[in-house]
Amino acid sequence: MKKKCDQCDRPATHHAIEIVAGEKIETHLCDYHAAESGLSVKAGHTPINQLLTNFVKVHSGAQKQEDQETSEDACEDCGTTFAAFRESSLLGCPTCYTTFDERLSPLIARAHEGARRHVGKAPRRAGVGHRRQLQLTRMRRRLDEAVQAEDYELAARLRDDIGQLEQETA
Amino acid sequence: MTLRHITDRAGEWLRGEGPRSDVVISSRVRLARNLAGYPFVSKAGRRQQFEVLERCREQVVSKRLADEVIWVDLSDSPAMDRQLLVERHLISRQHAAGENKTPRAVAIGSDETWAVMVNEEDHMRLQVLRSGMQLGDAYAQAQRIDDVLEEKLDFSFSRRFGYLTACPTNVGTGLRVSVMMHLPGLVISREIEKVKRAARDMHLAVRGLFGEGSEHLGDLFQVSNQTTLGKAEEEILSEFEHTVVPNIIEYENQARQALARQRSALLDDKIWRAWGVLTHARALATDELLQMLSHVRLGVNLGRLTEIDIRTVNELFLLSQPAHLQAVLQEDLDPAARRVARADLVRRKLGGH
Repeated sequence: MKKKCDQCDRPATHHAIEIVAGEKIETHLCDYHAAESGLSVKAGHTPINQLLTNFVKVHSGAQKQEDQETSEDACEDCGTTFAAFRESSLLGCPTCYTTFDERLSPLIARAHEGARRHVGKAPRRAGVGHRRQLQLTRMRRRLDEAVQAEDYELAARLRDDIGQLEQETA
Repeated sequence: MTLRHITDRAGEWLRGEGPRSDVVISSRVRLARNLAGYPFVSKAGRRQQFEVLERCREQVVSKRLADEVIWVDLSDSPAMDRQLLVERHLISRQHAAGENKTPRAVAIGSDETWAVMVNEEDHMRLQVLRSGMQLGDAYAQAQRIDDVLEEKLDFSFSRRFGYLTACPTNVGTGLRVSVMMHLPGLVISREIEKVKRAARDMHLAVRGLFGEGSEHLGDLFQVSNQTTLGKAEEEILSEFEHTVVPNIIEYENQARQALARQRSALLDDKIWRAWGVLTHARALATDELLQMLSHVRLGVNLGRLTEIDIRTVNELFLLSQPAHLQAVLQEDLDPAARRVARADLVRRKLGGH
């Protein structure tokens, strides 16, 4: 006959027998209570983002950083702060990788079995250089700001410049 | 070609053919890419999001990729269509839901072997699907598509970190390799937790049929790599082809054989009980159906149940999902009516009573 969990009515799936001071102590638990008691690891129910967020929090010394967090922490290209990254586990733009390098690279290494460098495929075409990418990102941001501020003259000029830069790189 | 055309077929990943299809349902390869010169999706302004969408569309809906490409604008498509695409594993649940009304879309090769999600977490997520154990083929096709796209699109790339992605867990190759496996033997013999633990020790993720939180459905498990940096694509692939997947198949087969040898009556009971339910039930919830189908599939693969072929079983895994069921019946149903309709469909397909 199947045993029930010691703590609820579900069938027990985890069984432990301990001998303490010569006395046998049996424990029978269902998946849920086994995970809760630490008898087993509850598998796969935590969304990966949450896992990463927790992981980032633990390993980045969250508390210390929170005290220091100032506007200087924000990525100059997209305005993402490290605190926002910790919350969402999403970076805002390619520049974030440089902005948060110091705090990010140990996390990246831990998430990738200690790896710190890419060794795989690279785009066959050299593509636009890093500086060119940055320039485009910044101009597009200024264009957005100009449109928002209804400065259409500036917006038109920026649009032309972006178009030209894109032509040059194409 | 529209979305409606693809609903009548079972779709590539559930054809139930291909090498090792007794255990491996499907192979999937995904590449994450972002356009250079734009912020990632969550930080891009609306105008930039539209621009990214348009740039990707120009390149993806191209004769160079497939004779016919279906482009589905997800921002203004009905919830039922989006659900259908999730059930077919062509888009993620996240992409279907679409946070903050981000303009987003999916391009689907008409043979349904590949799809490109645009403006999901990254600008582009290309995935290639194959039934059975065909990771090599899937990867080769993903590379071809990636090469074609990068002729015209500049991807955000750094020499140090490789392809840059919104979440640093995908950085480097941006490659996620997943294999969907049917592991009823390991579940019945309660060995599955051991396998999951071993997989985690190898830095692999184990999820259910529809990702996180669906682990119990139909004894179907997706195993995928977590490490994307510091290993070349071929290395990641080779680990799966030569170590991970063969080992899990071996464990599963051992479990099946042990059950057949030592608990033959219990095994038959599970198989025939499931067959009984499927051919006689008058109402079936999705979870219950998937569980019963799993045991029937096991029975067919062990040669203990010869009433139907594996193809029909695989088809039912998909057709009985809520959106597919309604697409087949062409009517909107509430959950209770759906359970009845689902049982009817299953009985009809299996020649039940």
